[in-house]
Amino acid sequence: MLELKHLKYNVEDEQGKKEILNDVSLSIPDGKFIVITGPNGGGKSTLAKTIAGIYRPSGGQILLDGEDITELGITERARLGISFAFQQPVRFKGIEVFDLLKLASGNKEMSQGQACRYLSEVGLCARDYINREVDASLSGGELKRIEIATVLARGSKLSIFDEPEAGIDLWSFTNLIRVFEQIKEETQGTILIISHQERILDIADEIVVIEKGRIAKSGPKEEVLPAILGSDSAIPGCHVQKEQEETVR
Amino acid sequence: MIEMDGIEKKILEEVAEIHGIPQGAYNIRYNGEAQARQSTKDIQITPKEDGTGIDIRIADGTVNQSCCIPVVIAKTGLRDVVTNDFYIGENCDIVIVAGCGIHNCGDQDSQHDGLHRFFVGKNSKVKYVERHYGEAENGTKGGNIMNPVTEIYLEEGAQMEMESTQIKGIDSTKRDTRAVVKENASIVIKERLLTNGTQFAESRMDAELVGENSSANFISRSVATDQSKTTYYSNIVGKAPCHGHSECDAIIIGEGKVLAVPALDAADPDAALIHEAAIGKIAGEQLIKLQTLGLTEEEAEAAIVEGFLK
Repeated sequence: MLELKHLKYNVEDEQGKKEILNDVSLSIPDGKFIVITGPNGGGKSTLAKTIAGIYRPSGGQILLDGEDITELGITERARLGISFAFQQPVRFKGIEVFDLLKLASGNKEMSQGQACRYLSEVGLCARDYINREVDASLSGGELKRIEIATVLARGSKLSIFDEPEAGIDLWSFTNLIRVFEQIKEETQGTILIISHQERILDIADEIVVIEKGRIAKSGPKEEVLPAILGSDSAIPGCHVQKEQEETVR
Repeated sequence: MIEMDGIEKKILEEVAEIHGIPQGAYNIRYNGEAQARQSTKDIQITPKEDGTGIDIRIADGTVNQSCCIPVVIAKTGLRDVVTNDFYIGENCDIVIVAGCGIHNCGDQDSQHDGLHRFFVGKNSKVKYVERHYGEAENGTKGGNIMNPVTEIYLEEGAQMEMESTQIKGIDSTKRDTRAVVKENASIVIKERLLTNGTQFAESRMDAELVGENSSANFISRSVATDQSKTTYYSNIVGKAPCHGHSECDAIIIGEGKVLAVPALDAADPDAALIHEAAIGKIAGEQLIKLQTLGLTEEEAEAAIVEGFLK
């Protein structure tokens, strides 16, 4: 169970103090598929990064299975079972895809077969990618899939994805959704996704809408989704992309 | 059968990845003298008449063979100077390993200055691996110094790939690598350097592309930590329609300093020459990414450096 209690995150700029998160409280039980949505600039990504420890909250508490993790760093939180897939994955000169998967899994002796399985899950032909460097030679879409594969390899109880669909190119939403379902099944854990794509919202157990740093709505998908359809919080997929996916399938 | 002590065995493993006596042709130089040598039918190793080094002659058409010529110095205050010439025939495909390791057990500097000249025949393919390694006994103050010079002459259609690595324990190095590349020939030099403490490393790479469709590709990656300093100079001169590329990437950790000076000289209007250089600290987002995988900041830094220098 992940609990956020009165979470605040402020930044100071030339115009003074700005509240990015303002009194966010939320309880996420285990095994749930949660999508956090809301208009751009509303605080979604900040909330995800605050949970992963990348940002330190200005106030409030974060509890994981009853343990207060508010003061813990990124590493400690990762070791307690929080994974994070970045919206814009980082590139590394020299580190190969296989290296990254080994680091993610914590298993230096990971077999090629196992690494291949993770890559296949995200639609990459393992033979072509396993020894590729995670550098500028990879496209944004390839990098994004490798990022998701690292979360698969982690197999942790809370997996956070920051806009996972962005840059996924021709690889279909259907496959992406299958990956989420698989993570959920294998880890029996919680999946928390930042997205405003209607098709991702559609597979959520629960939806949380964040606007102006506050929770505007939250509840089961059946209740929340109809209320936000057509707004900035639930954008339908692009027609061209849908047609391409149909062709690929 | 030669006798090796633990230090020599360890250094040979570090610089040449060999365990005991190597296979095929080899020459092991120990404390400034030849210790063991073996030629094969196709690879003949002979001492120079003036005693300054060895000649390695590789017969035309020699393929899938290797030659290993490691140097070990386990003496303090020794200055070892050697000239080795490689005469590689036509249509060969071979691997040459030439590492040097110093174990300094005293307070005086130990130094190895090697000149390696490669005369590579038409359409031959050579992979040349050179590793430099140094260590000191606890409490000793003697420096480990290496100043390797490599000259490469590539005939038509010849290809040479040089991998040069210096990861540990060399206090001062000035490396100088020069290549003259003829028609349809290519040279690739990959260099990996890590300096720490107050170490100093200077690397120069020069290529003269004299033949049509010749090419040079220099890839230098270095990490300068603590108060160490690394300098990279490269110069590619295109005297014919050719391709040249020089890439220098460096990571600074602590108060390390890096200077990169890539030069290009297009002396022919159809010479296509490129250089890239990037120097900086490890990006904060790279550390954060690896921390989200459960690594500490120190482990993340080590993983990034290890990958970068791989």
